Amino acid sequence: MPKLTVDGIEVEVPAGATVLQAAEAAGKEIPRFCYHERLSIAGNCRMCLVEVKPGPPKPQASCALPAADGQEIRTDSAMVKKAREGVMEFLLINHPLDCPICDQGGECDLQDQSIAYGKGHSRFDENKRAVTEKYMGPIVKTVMTRCIQCTRCVRFAEEVAGVEEIGAIYRGENMQITSYLERAVTSELSGNVVDLCPVGALTSKAYAFEARPWELKKTPGIDVMDAIGTNVRLDARGRQVLRSLPRINEDVNEEWASDKTRHAVDGLVRNRLDKPYVRVDGKLKAASWEEAFAAIAKAMQGVSGNQVAGLAGDLAEVESVYALKALLKAYGSSLHEARVDGALYDVASPASYRFNPTIAGVEDAKAILLVGTNPRWEAPLVNTRIRKAIKKGAKVYAVGPEVDLTYPVQWLGADISALNELPEALTKAEDVIVIAGMGACLIEGGYAAARQVASALNAGFGLLHTAAGRVGALDVGFTTEGGFGAVVEAAPKVIFSLGVDEAELAGFFGGAFKVYIGTHGDRGAHSADVILPGATYVEKPGTWVNMEGRVQRTERAVFPVGDAREDWTILRALSAVLGKTLPFDSLAQLRSKIAADHPTLAEEGLAPVAALDAAPKGGDVSGTIVYPIADFYLTNPIARSSPTMQRCSAELIHGESFAEAAE
Amino acid sequence: MLEDKDRIFTNLYGFQDWRLEAAMKRGDWDNTKALMQIAQDDIIQTIKDSGLRGRGGAGFPTGMKWSFMPKEPKPGKPNFLVINADESEPGSCKDREIIRHDPHKLIEGALIAGYAMRARAAYIYIRGEYIIEAKVLFEAVQEAYDKGLIGKNACGSGYDFDVFVHRGAGAYICGEETAMLESLEGKKGQPRLKPPFPAGAGLYGCPTTVNNVESIAVAPTILRRGAAWFASFGRENNKGTKLFQISGHVNKPCVVEEAMSIPFRELIEKHCGGIRGGWDNLLAVIPGGSSVPLVPAAEIMDAPMDFDGLRALGSGLGTAAVIVMDKSTDIVRAISRLSYFYKHESCGQCTPCREGTGWMWRVMERLREGNADVSEIDMLQEVTKQVEGHTICALGDAAAWPIQGLIRHFRPELERRIAVKRGEAPVAVAAE
Repeated sequence: MPKLTVDGIEVEVPAGATVLQAAEAAGKEIPRFCYHERLSIAGNCRMCLVEVKPGPPKPQASCALPAADGQEIRTDSAMVKKAREGVMEFLLINHPLDCPICDQGGECDLQDQSIAYGKGHSRFDENKRAVTEKYMGPIVKTVMTRCIQCTRCVRFAEEVAGVEEIGAIYRGENMQITSYLERAVTSELSGNVVDLCPVGALTSKAYAFEARPWELKKTPGIDVMDAIGTNVRLDARGRQVLRSLPRINEDVNEEWASDKTRHAVDGLVRNRLDKPYVRVDGKLKAASWEEAFAAIAKAMQGVSGNQVAGLAGDLAEVESVYALKALLKAYGSSLHEARVDGALYDVASPASYRFNPTIAGVEDAKAILLVGTNPRWEAPLVNTRIRKAIKKGAKVYAVGPEVDLTYPVQWLGADISALNELPEALTKAEDVIVIAGMGACLIEGGYAAARQVASALNAGFGLLHTAAGRVGALDVGFTTEGGFGAVVEAAPKVIFSLGVDEAELAGFFGGAFKVYIGTHGDRGAHSADVILPGATYVEKPGTWVNMEGRVQRTERAVFPVGDAREDWTILRALSAVLGKTLPFDSLAQLRSKIAADHPTLAEEGLAPVAALDAAPKGGDVSGTIVYPIADFYLTNPIARSSPTMQRCSAELIHGESFAEAAE
Repeated sequence: MLEDKDRIFTNLYGFQDWRLEAAMKRGDWDNTKALMQIAQDDIIQTIKDSGLRGRGGAGFPTGMKWSFMPKEPKPGKPNFLVINADESEPGSCKDREIIRHDPHKLIEGALIAGYAMRARAAYIYIRGEYIIEAKVLFEAVQEAYDKGLIGKNACGSGYDFDVFVHRGAGAYICGEETAMLESLEGKKGQPRLKPPFPAGAGLYGCPTTVNNVESIAVAPTILRRGAAWFASFGRENNKGTKLFQISGHVNKPCVVEEAMSIPFRELIEKHCGGIRGGWDNLLAVIPGGSSVPLVPAAEIMDAPMDFDGLRALGSGLGTAAVIVMDKSTDIVRAISRLSYFYKHESCGQCTPCREGTGWMWRVMERLREGNADVSEIDMLQEVTKQVEGHTICALGDAAAWPIQGLIRHFRPELERRIAVKRGEAPVAVAAE
């Protein structure tokens, strides 16, 4: 624990801390461009120079200098001021003065720091450098003339994303940052380099010239593109969410977000259901809410008990699922199911379907066994945690078809029966976690086999969900013994579907009357008999439970489009028409009912639950694993409606070429 | 003047064959086994006592550098010796002569130095443009392997030591010790942050010492003839003999081994046949390769050529690459050309050097033509100060110093050119 003084303030910092961190502990701001807490230290921007005694009579880069006992640091001396002004002048001499047309304007580190630490005028009388644009794919727009060569993007790609596809070519003042052969960067995390870039060299392609940061209304939200529950900030102008940016949450997403999280938002204003529809003579016709409710009431006549069923899709939040369950209960039906992908796993206790090791806890594992999961696509930010664990020395084993997970993996076989012959290195390892995916749960007995392996290895067990709404729906008990198959077996007459778009319901429930409550004109709407337009995740306050069981609440960023309403209010209004009025009139009342029935959902955060019970029995299982996600960019109706995601899919998954010709 | 019997590099001019047989006749590889029976710390102490300072330019005491290496390498983390033969400094050409004509001095030195610092292997990083020299070195290393002088049980001493020759690709910055390690590892040649220093974590993260070719090549002779012999040359703190490389406007440019601290005038008169056009025609001298500030004629003439003597003149010995310029030289153009070199060779990693070298060169080019304002001379001086001492490696300093030297000693010339350009002063008659 070295003790040192920063501008006369005494601080004690943990061993291994840098002078920059010590200065921050003392409350002193150190300007920086290349330094980033989550990346390796480059020390190349030279903006963080400070005066250090004892030491050479020249300023030193505080980001790379270890704090040592008895150091005297000055951040306010004439030498430091001069050094900062000098470096700032150098950074600006070849930086274009195009702030008025730069998307980074208003949230630019270079702008801010040049005001705080610069000289205020230029002495540079030569021509400025110009750099040709580089192609980095459908997410990242480049204006490389603005680049200050901090190499944050290079280090992010290599260290966090795990794709060594961004680098610097040439040297001296001709040094240029570019992607490998100017191809699209094949990472599902590439959008993060836009946030990392301290200047406007890398900006968001989809957001180009859309808005200025000060025009935007910023709402904290939770992302629903996967089951991680990425904390996001939704930037909206008027009725449209223009950006979704990660908020820092060390337990969940650190400060990263996947490209889908960031860029599927342009699907929120496309292909939307903005009024109710009723199927008349086999064709869907626009209708009023009264007409739609009347059609449902007609279909519900004489229906009781398990003749009516409910299904919750991937993007249904806790409130609407609870409301639907309550409505079904009013009819005496207990036929409701959230596992609409057909996966089967234990739902008896929360621990049996949660991601128990927790997302942050993955980092501490010494060995990780992946069973039927491709975390790179199913949960990109769990994948980055696995990478961090590997950096600390963990080994990863996987059962499933071989895919590129960005780190070395020992593949044990594509068939789940490979679980019977685990390598000795794994069986003897300590701190093991077993991560089972939906790919394993889709095989009969696959879940039980994974659980048994976990208990045999004395390992932590985590179920890696792919749907944002799934764990919340399971938490409110929206399940049926036997799963989706049992619901199909029961052949209900009326089906309420809360945005079930990933399964083709018409094939399972041919004759049933299907009520679809959802947001987009996708698969679920196509086969529906009545469509009730609902709200997307940005348009309603909601409770989301991520794969760990972490309860997170969101605010409304914008209002639903057209006649669309929040889902639970639709169910509440419908219940009145059906004569089974639900006992809540406001969100507060609904939430207090949920809290009363399901105490773990009462508070935000990760509520502790009983530990895993004994592993379920199961015989020998076999079957080739198929991963649940075939196309990372098109996993839900919002993403499928997003032009950016469509383009990503076409270019990065299907290999179409979009590189623009050099003009 | 150094007597022939005291010369270390006895085949500097290639009058004899460089091959092993001839080298052995000259005394190389003479009972090297005996040298390797000296305790390792005693070797280091001898080098310390000899007063040998690093010949690569910075002049860091070589023995002390060796003593930083771990005495007992950890398993899996062997010590390495890296020999810097990436001689790219404009004006320097001593390592080239050593490798071309006396490669076995270097290889034997590598073995002795490697043994003293408990190194497992030596990597000789040779400049990419040195094609003949690389060929010679590859062959010489093979000869040494064939005779069992290096490799397993080197010289029958029981010590295993390998020597690898690695060719660079033509980047000046790879002569910086940490950039050299990066380049050896197959990465882009960019200097590393220090700390950690190479002696702690160098090549592949293992303890590493990087030494200049000349520093290593003189080590066996020092051990054979004793520290006192070596220390008998030169002034206090500037001991030994040194290869001087005199180029430019002297009558006979040459590379010559001389005692340290020899006065400049003696060096030129004895070995180079005097200044072209006589001593009155001398304009300025860059005494240590392009990186050090120039020294005007009056100050350099009787100065001792050593580290401290030249530092007192605001310059440095560097690699002892003496660039002599007579009065026909366009001094501004000469320094501007050096600025272009540093702009071209900057690695681009850190801001002051990347942006500053280009800026300085452009201003220098305008000053060359007088196409500038007098105030820009002060601005240029300030810019050099903003680069100097603010960068990761010393290339920023090296780019700044020649310009600082020019402004310090030739400011009237710069102002005259500006005045001429503006028509405020008469055009000087050509000095032909």
